[in-house]
Amino acid sequence: MSAKRISRREALKAAGIVVGAGIAGLSPRPPVPSGLRQLVYAAPSGGTPLRIGFQVHRTGIGAVYGRWWERTAAAAATYINEKGGMAGRQVRLVGEDDGTDPARGAIAVEKLASEDKVDLIFGTLFSNVVIGSAPRAGELKIPYLVVSEGYHVASGKMNRYCFQPGITDVRAQLTAISSWIVNNLGRKITLIYPDYAFGYDHRDFWAKGATRLGATVQALIPIPPTETSFTKYFSRIPADTEVLYHVMVGPGVPTFVKELGEYFGSKRPQLFGFIDSLEGVDLASPGLDFLEGTHFWEAFPRYAGGYNTSFERTYRERIGVNASGASVRDPKDVSTYSHMFGVWETLFVIKQTIEQSGYKRPGPKDYRAFIETLERFQTFSEGIGHPQGPKKFVGKIHQAFGQQFISRVDGKKLKVVHKTKIEDSLYSPEADYTKQPL
Amino acid sequence: MTLEGRLVLALLEGTVTGCILALTALGLSMVFGVMRIVNVAHGEFFMLGAVSAWYVTSTTSSFGLALIAAPVFVAAVAVLVNWVILRPIRYEPQATIVATIGLLYIIQQVVLSIYGPYARTVAPPFYFRIDFPWFGYSGYKLAVAGLAAALLWAIWRVVSTTTLGLYMRATQQDQEMAQAFGVPVHRIFAVAFALGAALAGLAGALIIPIQPAHYLMGLDALLASFTVVIVGGLGSLGGTLAAAFLIGLSDGIVSVFFSPTLARIVSTALVALVLVVRSGGLFGTESA
Repeated sequence: MSAKRISRREALKAAGIVVGAGIAGLSPRPPVPSGLRQLVYAAPSGGTPLRIGFQVHRTGIGAVYGRWWERTAAAAATYINEKGGMAGRQVRLVGEDDGTDPARGAIAVEKLASEDKVDLIFGTLFSNVVIGSAPRAGELKIPYLVVSEGYHVASGKMNRYCFQPGITDVRAQLTAISSWIVNNLGRKITLIYPDYAFGYDHRDFWAKGATRLGATVQALIPIPPTETSFTKYFSRIPADTEVLYHVMVGPGVPTFVKELGEYFGSKRPQLFGFIDSLEGVDLASPGLDFLEGTHFWEAFPRYAGGYNTSFERTYRERIGVNASGASVRDPKDVSTYSHMFGVWETLFVIKQTIEQSGYKRPGPKDYRAFIETLERFQTFSEGIGHPQGPKKFVGKIHQAFGQQFISRVDGKKLKVVHKTKIEDSLYSPEADYTKQPL
Repeated sequence: MTLEGRLVLALLEGTVTGCILALTALGLSMVFGVMRIVNVAHGEFFMLGAVSAWYVTSTTSSFGLALIAAPVFVAAVAVLVNWVILRPIRYEPQATIVATIGLLYIIQQVVLSIYGPYARTVAPPFYFRIDFPWFGYSGYKLAVAGLAAALLWAIWRVVSTTTLGLYMRATQQDQEMAQAFGVPVHRIFAVAFALGAALAGLAGALIIPIQPAHYLMGLDALLASFTVVIVGGLGSLGGTLAAAFLIGLSDGIVSVFFSPTLARIVSTALVALVLVVRSGGLFGTESA
């Protein structure tokens, strides 16, 4: 038996390595098996298939979204292929995990572009990962279409290759719903938001919009996205708060809501949340009873009937989601319904752009045609390609604008109480990507 | 909120955090004390406890059963790990660190494949809300703290009064001498490793009505455990308990009166300070 004693320095070194790795990535970085790396969702037939790179959060804190992003992308690609593909070419998705990590995101982009030689890349969600990855896509000069919701694309801080045509950005969402909150819930507002880029969009645009509407921001409470215990933050909520506006993400969210309920009991202020807090979480979960009667923003109503169109019904069926927003195979597997339509719609935007631009193969000439064509779009009509509703597209800022929903929790389900118009969400663009060289 | 309200909240939060920290960190400290190895996968045992408790509760709707089954399952995994990984590398300290880092990733990825990326919680076995004049607090949280304290007391008794405890202490003091006196050192290793894992597993199971089971939750537990054992002194059970409460209370007070981020900074700074001033930990005897 080896009885060599370990020094505490060695022990610390080991701890440092692991903890450091964890902080950097929030997840280990295992090599992705090659079988998974080049997932072929839809078998190609006839002509050279289009290879669409799909940067996805398979691991890390975005993994719930990633799983549903992947299912939605697969369903959209299958649907498109059944109807004849894009410009007659079948679509093949090439998935690459980024671990919900900005540094790894840039590597994923690099790999998809240089090794897998995809035609273009889409799908990134978490705003910090988009901000970490988009510059690399710009350097590699490959179209990069994100489904992220953050304001970073519309802000002009990304580059000409980066688009967000499938989902409305946070600033527009807030512009659309803030007057409803102020008029219906209260004027003294405290914000609780995650302490990174996505949360800052909420903080900045709320402060701007709310004060214009005569509301006051009582307190700003940022919470680190990896936090697991929340009661200690609640003592900072001012007693005269009328509306507690909460937007949280990550695995700590059910705890957050539960502890909020324990803390306030029946003496709670009005609550308004972004459904991001509860994506992938069953509203009938233990401890969430507290949310009864509170309001949520939804981009696309989780419960069937909230936006009752034939396109919505077809879309819901194709992605395999039941009337409560969970997987038809496993009712415990709750989807990220309010957001993942963006993946579906982005693939249809890609289809439309490829068909109108005459895109054939990767290269400066065809990419220019693709980008300029996409920038010229002004609207996307409602249809099976856009089941969430019609969109306005502003080419200057590469951003789509759509209608938004406000729902109330009623009998452990979300019931739509208000729908905004596209015009409600518009703001004047602060950038112009079309002036950047290609 | 008034000063009294904040103080009550800070002390409550601090005590609960301290109890859970102590239970989570104790296994790590015990394994180091007896076996002289650092189990980097300790946090994953905590996570396995939480995930297996979720499975048991959701299939049998009995949280009580989960509280028994989860630590037993985690202990079984630990016995297997001891047998398949640690024994073949002869508990060589450096090799063990590398092997348990590997184990950490393996457990995490297996759970991701089987359980998925979801954050899932269960209903607490009982629920009541304690209504203070300033705020409400979860009765279950306080019960967890109480149960953790009782368990810690029980472990303390086992270590200080039973033959098993005697063997463990003897092995900790001098392995070769203990072996010479007939202590079955290898079997004690297996028991200590399984017991340490079971403690982490139990902490994980107890916590899921508060904090959902998630495949990455072990990292935070590992970090917290390391903080506690470094401050308290690796291998010192009393030190681990004292440090857990010290860190728990300082976390509660700093979080409520200043900010939770500052509380993290304070506990990290405390680790650095302890290493500089008293490298064996506040209550440890070993030096670097």
